[in-house]
Amino acid sequence: MTLAITIAIMTAGGVYLMLQRGMVRIVLGLLLVGHAVNLLIMSAGGVFRRDMPLLQFGTALTAADPLPQAFVLTAIVIAFSIAIYMLTLAASGGDDDTEGNP
Amino acid sequence: MIPALLPLFVGVPLLGAGLLVVVRGPLWVRRALLLAPSTAAMLGGAGLIWLTRDGTVYAHNVGLWQDGIAIPFVADVFSALMLWTTSLLALVCSLFAVATGDDRQSFFAPLVLVLTAGVSGALLTADIFNMFVFIEVMLLPSYGLLAMLGALGRLRAGRIYVTVNLLTSTIFLAGVALVYAAAGTVHLGELAGAAHESPMVAVGMGVVILALSIKAAVVPVHGWLTRTYPGASPAITALFSGLHTKVAIYAIYRLYALVFDGDAKFLWIGVVAFTLTMLIGVMGAVGENTTRSILVFHMISQIGYILLGVALFTELGLMAGIFYLIHHMIVKASLFLSTGAIEHTHGTGALDRLGGIARREPLIGLVFMGAALSLAGLPPFSGFVAKLSLVLAAVESQQWTVMAVMIAVSLITLMSMLKIWGGVFWGKEPPVAEPDDTSTAGANGGSVRTAAPPRIRTALILPGLMLTVATLCIGLGAELLLDLSAQAAANLLDTSTYVEAVLGR
Repeated sequence: MTLAITIAIMTAGGVYLMLQRGMVRIVLGLLLVGHAVNLLIMSAGGVFRRDMPLLQFGTALTAADPLPQAFVLTAIVIAFSIAIYMLTLAASGGDDDTEGNP
Repeated sequence: MIPALLPLFVGVPLLGAGLLVVVRGPLWVRRALLLAPSTAAMLGGAGLIWLTRDGTVYAHNVGLWQDGIAIPFVADVFSALMLWTTSLLALVCSLFAVATGDDRQSFFAPLVLVLTAGVSGALLTADIFNMFVFIEVMLLPSYGLLAMLGALGRLRAGRIYVTVNLLTSTIFLAGVALVYAAAGTVHLGELAGAAHESPMVAVGMGVVILALSIKAAVVPVHGWLTRTYPGASPAITALFSGLHTKVAIYAIYRLYALVFDGDAKFLWIGVVAFTLTMLIGVMGAVGENTTRSILVFHMISQIGYILLGVALFTELGLMAGIFYLIHHMIVKASLFLSTGAIEHTHGTGALDRLGGIARREPLIGLVFMGAALSLAGLPPFSGFVAKLSLVLAAVESQQWTVMAVMIAVSLITLMSMLKIWGGVFWGKEPPVAEPDDTSTAGANGGSVRTAAPPRIRTALILPGLMLTVATLCIGLGAELLLDLSAQAAANLLDTSTYVEAVLGR
């Protein structure tokens, strides 16, 4: 439940920010939505089993699902690199307003 | 042996890209490194078509992990056809970029190669998370290419493009998460038919297909395409038009056939959305007044045609859709390249500032005319066969409205092609063509202001000519491609060979 509410709040905030005109706000909004989706992937693997899925530290019954963690790791890296590029776009040109000619 | 070579379609371009970043050799070495991987991929694609023409499916588990755990690369005749066409377009567009001098920009060549690697990966993979990763590999260099080259509005275009695509990728990822939560796997072999059986998987897959539809620019989520593509440089627009949206279309075909098992329940959504796409795309083109923005709107309309093949989901419909997809990629790139050659030489693509080119340069006129007639669907070009088989498929499914819209849209398409023809190729030459801005005029920036209008160099015409000849050949020898498309359609209708190959059982 906590996870669902967190995802909902982050998505709402992200969508609100994305609807603004400034490029920096749009980037922040996309980052928020991206993190909400990352949490969604984590919840897709089930959040009840939390042992390390590694070596002898956890059994198949108690270990967390490692696949969503790998997904999230990949997604974070991709979102991070695109966010940096978008911030570069926001900084190039006169201002970060998306309406006029940048 | 053959399946183990599949990852090379991704590996070779990536290796070439790495070399191009490091090697600081003379220009011809760098050009050879740019063109060689696409040529190799084209030959490889042709070989794959030959091997898979009887419906064989090749699968390779990357890293030799167990079946079901590994991320497989799979090639059937549909992906082989797409691989061949995408590498042909990558090659031709690279040649055009060499002719315009775009490739002298640092990092142009490595970015194009990474882009082609991403495209091949997305076409071959049988794992939806891996597909997400490869689509990102394809998009990341595109962001750079779009903002690096192009007209005045390219930064604004770049902003819209990145924002929309990042949001779409996020939606795609959310869909993947839902599918994983519902089915416990993202492996296409194990997901086969899952959305048909479980509504939960269907919802997740629906989100994935929604994201792919945004990437394919289906109405009503098409607005980003028409605002970004005209801002890029002509070579880049042609490359993007051939690769990006078409990968999304391929994925929609594949996923709907495999995961939904062609479920008839949801087909009406596709029929409505794609008919609207055809209609609204072509209507949008009527109001535009530069060559490239007209062509971009037509692209949307044609995407509607292609996707109708999957919305009908009959053997004839799928066959016609796949044939249309291949035909469209070639023709659209040809149109973008021939108008791009004019735009590069004269510094503008505005209809009212060009004129009389057909009299001065008959060759480029022929190239454009051939591709435009093919786009509108006149014989003997490939467009005629594509449209005819799609109309027949609609008749077979008794979708009379769809059929009527298809024919009406063809007529409007012809009308707008005539509008470009009348504005650019016929009419009086404007006294002096002033370039839009100096960056697109390129090397000819100085000469456009002189009294004599500049000649279009043969090197700029050749790439478009190659593709127009290709569409003519496909039109004259349509039987060959129709047979291959029929085999691809059969593989989509009966997914058992695909699933067996992927799962190894």
